[in-house]
Amino acid sequence: MSVIGKYFLFLGSLFGKGEKLSVYWRRFMEESVGIGVSSIFIVAIVSTFIGAVSCIQTAYNLVSPIIPVSTVALIVRDMQILELAPTITCIVLAGKVGSNIASELGTMRITEQIDALEVMGINSSSYLVMPKVLAAMFTFPMLVILAAFLGIFGGYLAGTLTGVITERDYLYGIRDSFVPYNLFFMCIKPFVFGFLIATISSYQGFFTTGGALEVGKASTQAVTNSCISVLIADYLLAQLLL
Amino acid sequence: MIEIKDINKAFNGKAVLKGVSSIFKEGEINLIIGGSGTGKSVLLKCMIGLIKPDQGNVLYNGRDFYNSDKDTKQAIRREMGVLFQGGALFDSQTVEQNVRFPLDMLTDISPAEKKERVDFCLQRVGLETSGKRMPSEISGGMKKRVGIARAIVMNPKYLFCDEPNSGLDPLTSVKIDELIKEITEEYKITTVIITHDMNSVMEIGQNVIFLYQGDKLWEGINSDITKTTVPELNEFIFANKLLRDAAKENNC
Repeated sequence: MSVIGKYFLFLGSLFGKGEKLSVYWRRFMEESVGIGVSSIFIVAIVSTFIGAVSCIQTAYNLVSPIIPVSTVALIVRDMQILELAPTITCIVLAGKVGSNIASELGTMRITEQIDALEVMGINSSSYLVMPKVLAAMFTFPMLVILAAFLGIFGGYLAGTLTGVITERDYLYGIRDSFVPYNLFFMCIKPFVFGFLIATISSYQGFFTTGGALEVGKASTQAVTNSCISVLIADYLLAQLLL
Repeated sequence: MIEIKDINKAFNGKAVLKGVSSIFKEGEINLIIGGSGTGKSVLLKCMIGLIKPDQGNVLYNGRDFYNSDKDTKQAIRREMGVLFQGGALFDSQTVEQNVRFPLDMLTDISPAEKKERVDFCLQRVGLETSGKRMPSEISGGMKKRVGIARAIVMNPKYLFCDEPNSGLDPLTSVKIDELIKEITEEYKITTVIITHDMNSVMEIGQNVIFLYQGDKLWEGINSDITKTTVPELNEFIFANKLLRDAAKENNC
């Protein structure tokens, strides 16, 4: 309980006395590049292959003659939009971005860089963490949109190249029974997950004490806690919004 | 002038500082010496506001740091320059950006004025040609000098140095000591240095306090330190064989 209390106090400190807006804007742009742009490659690879595999495996299981082949594309689309793109992408980002944030802040803590900021009278948590949180909440939804698109495209490639579904059936399937609300749901998830991953990882890194070994532990703990929180939030959001 | 009054600090019930009081004079180099684990760094952190003492006050020219409102506290912080043990340079910024950082964050002066001030400070520490280099590309001694440049860029009234000679070769140590001494005298600032280095004590230390297990056991000027009768201080000073032999020769 004390850890949760400390986490909420830490969140409160982010909104304490801040610095000039121009400073935050510059830091936000730097973090958006570091968190968002540098994650495009891994997100693209993971989502394309997940889309491809989900198409092949769905087709493998749908062997009934009374189910139209286009249903494969419909299932791939809904799986991507509702679950795979937002959740799996954010789990991957929890590993990449979460460990990066925790180790960066942990190293800054043990090398007294955070102390240096505090001595200058700078709100170190707000200056260092707030731009990361905002950047994660801003870029994660974009990465998830990209992931959903590439996932569906991966399914198309795998399905048409292997012959399990024709191009016409696939294109028909992904447009069939489409619920636009699902797109909204897909974008809400990474917004929440981004907040959780950035704040939990920052918390782990910010309060690191000791040396290199503790930075490693903080990084591992950040990824573990972020993944667990993403899965819990995923369930709660599904329950609340669907 | 900085005055510390009855500073007490304990961690997990273990007392690290036991009622330490002293006065650090303006325009002079004040040293806090003592063995490892005697509370020197904790005392420094209490003075600069990184660790709040359990009891006691720190007064900056009469302004009580811990009992001041936020604005006064902020004003005092802006009068401080701190050189951390490892330099504490921001890894993602160049030397020049590190030195400019306090100006960017805490002032509204024009970019041209910032550049002029940064160039002056880098020149002052002899690093005018290293502004574009990253901290990972420079030596330990250079990092300390960049740390000093960053500490003086805001024209501080108080300069704190946490073991400025640690990890440096003797020649570089002397250069860093001389630089700190020159800056202290040039800008009439109150400098507080934590060190174990007896060379620094004898070369640049004007006022010295000796901590032992959280207590202040001795205070005085450096020329008196070898005449002390405090056994713990004697043991600390004469741990170095060269000094021991020199003391024997001089019948200290």
